[in-house]
Amino acid sequence: MKFYKKTSYTEDFRLFRDGAAAFWYALLGLALVAAPFVLPAYYLSQLVLIGIYVVAGAGLMLLSGYCGQVSLGHAAFFAVGAFTVAVLEKHGVPFLAAFAAAGALSAAVGFVIGLPALRLSGLYLAIATLAASFIVTEVIVRWEGVTNGASGLNVAKIRIAGWIADSEPKLYAIVLAVAVAAMLAVRNIVRAPLGLAMMAIRDSETAAQSMGVPLMRVKLAAFAISALLTGLAGALYAHKLQFIDPDQFTILVSIEFLVMIFIGGIGSMHGIVLGAAFVIALPQLVAVAKDYLPAAVAQQSGLQAAVYAAVLLAFILAEPTGLYGIWRKIKHYFSMFPFYRKGSLRRAKSFAKSETW
Amino acid sequence: MDPLIVFLQAVVSGISIGCIYALVALGFVLIYKATEVVNFAQGELMMVGAFFAYTLVDLGGVPFVPGVLLALLATAAFGVILNHLLLRPLIGSPAFTIVLATVAVSTLLRAVVAMIPGWGVETHRLSNPLAGQVVPIGKLVVSAEHLMVIAVTVVLVGALYLFFSLARVGVALQATSQNQLAAGYSGIDIRRMFGLIWGISAAVAALAGVLLAPAAFVHVNMGYIGLKAFPAAVLGGFGSLPGAVVGGLIIGVVEELAGLYAPEGVKNVAAYVVLLAVLMVRPQGLFGISKRVRV
Repeated sequence: MKFYKKTSYTEDFRLFRDGAAAFWYALLGLALVAAPFVLPAYYLSQLVLIGIYVVAGAGLMLLSGYCGQVSLGHAAFFAVGAFTVAVLEKHGVPFLAAFAAAGALSAAVGFVIGLPALRLSGLYLAIATLAASFIVTEVIVRWEGVTNGASGLNVAKIRIAGWIADSEPKLYAIVLAVAVAAMLAVRNIVRAPLGLAMMAIRDSETAAQSMGVPLMRVKLAAFAISALLTGLAGALYAHKLQFIDPDQFTILVSIEFLVMIFIGGIGSMHGIVLGAAFVIALPQLVAVAKDYLPAAVAQQSGLQAAVYAAVLLAFILAEPTGLYGIWRKIKHYFSMFPFYRKGSLRRAKSFAKSETW
Repeated sequence: MDPLIVFLQAVVSGISIGCIYALVALGFVLIYKATEVVNFAQGELMMVGAFFAYTLVDLGGVPFVPGVLLALLATAAFGVILNHLLLRPLIGSPAFTIVLATVAVSTLLRAVVAMIPGWGVETHRLSNPLAGQVVPIGKLVVSAEHLMVIAVTVVLVGALYLFFSLARVGVALQATSQNQLAAGYSGIDIRRMFGLIWGISAAVAALAGVLLAPAAFVHVNMGYIGLKAFPAAVLGGFGSLPGAVVGGLIIGVVEELAGLYAPEGVKNVAAYVVLLAVLMVRPQGLFGISKRVRV
């Protein structure tokens, strides 16, 4: 068991808790850099998807996990990012510019969708974001001259000044860089006054306001940053799939994002990565498990959705703190050995509580 | 044809589809008012109800009216069980958790229904005695099914109103939704009330499913209509029963008119545009009451 004796307030806001944590993160970083040299192409491809979901999850976690604003519309930002990059590159804009534009446009859309958030909360906000995302998707479908409508768009490989990401390791390198940058960005925001203001809003809007937190600016910033990250993820996703159509960005994607941050662990940075890995890995696990199941069960088309929902329910009923909660319990068990008790980690307060819900 | 007639025709069919939105929205609101759970699986309860009716009437050969009544009872029982198994253990969890739980239930229900032999992913036709009949009203030609939808909705809303204002249990339910603690102190069995409200709400959803079946068939994804009923409930001000009905009607009519006069595609999003517009002006919905929050 390790004890932390804090001697200054700034120690609460360090990037890494201590040298040991920094060491483990460095090791993790090394492993991620080494991954393309070690892993077979298939696993690398899954890692790329996880990286993309981490970027989107970082965005949603900031908004829902730290600022407490539930969004059922993140698929819209994902779609805006994907289509922006696809359309711009079709017209010859270089990748980096198109990528930046995708982020900027998504942030702008997020800003606009965030406007009603100033007056709405909880359920009303969730529905408003849902409504807005339906409208955005419909615009993409109908604006055929630009987006090619429901027939979709082909997306070329990433090309940066003559260098082409024509293989999985190269795409992986880009995705890894963006994912790390996104995680660092969110982590830094959370350490900064802006993030503290967001958490204040999450815990009690009224109290935050009376402490002088400018609700409007902070909420809009949360929406815009969240949309920006999700838009960037969408741009990467377009390049990963190399073909996009509006059907890939339905409400199910929004729900998948929410499930991702919930199963990862609401209100934790680790939860973003754990959740993304889970969401990507689960369908693969189901596919593997199919080989061992009786044919009558394995051939059902709804099997994957059923497993997905059942796992989610199991988490909700048994472990609402998500994978990160499990990880903490395991860690605690060993560091406290043999004194761990069932109630040791029971926290009285739940994360991400909001007033109206 | 006379533009006025075309307009009226669209309004009538809008009211008819709006009634279905209203019924699903009523289900949302009933549960929300009493238990503060936002049930994202309401559309799927409707789907399950429609499948029960289809199984009884078309596969089982039970006559239409008793078959539908049995299906309503079965769905009500299903709702009670769902509440008992899943929602009751979650009382006191953050709302985000509960919402995800109901989302998971809706996914699970869709997946399981798709797996049941005889139900599956095909579309089924629920036979109904009024199929194909039309009623001329002046120059208007209204299909009997539309009239049935409207009539059943009116009767049901009236019955619910009477139930909540006159029946002893109904008043107890109202008390529960207004103040759980006080209701509990007055000797009302809150847990039984929760079960009851889930039952009523599921039955209302099943009825909506049966009414929707002639227009949209019975299939595993019919519950997505819940995504339209949701704006209806929010539009009316979540937590207001008359609001849910009015919201449903507004959305139904606006949608039909948008299909008639607006460019293609607007119809799909008309509900959401109206919702956002209303929320911009009245964040608490049309009939909602804005609450002050204490710190």
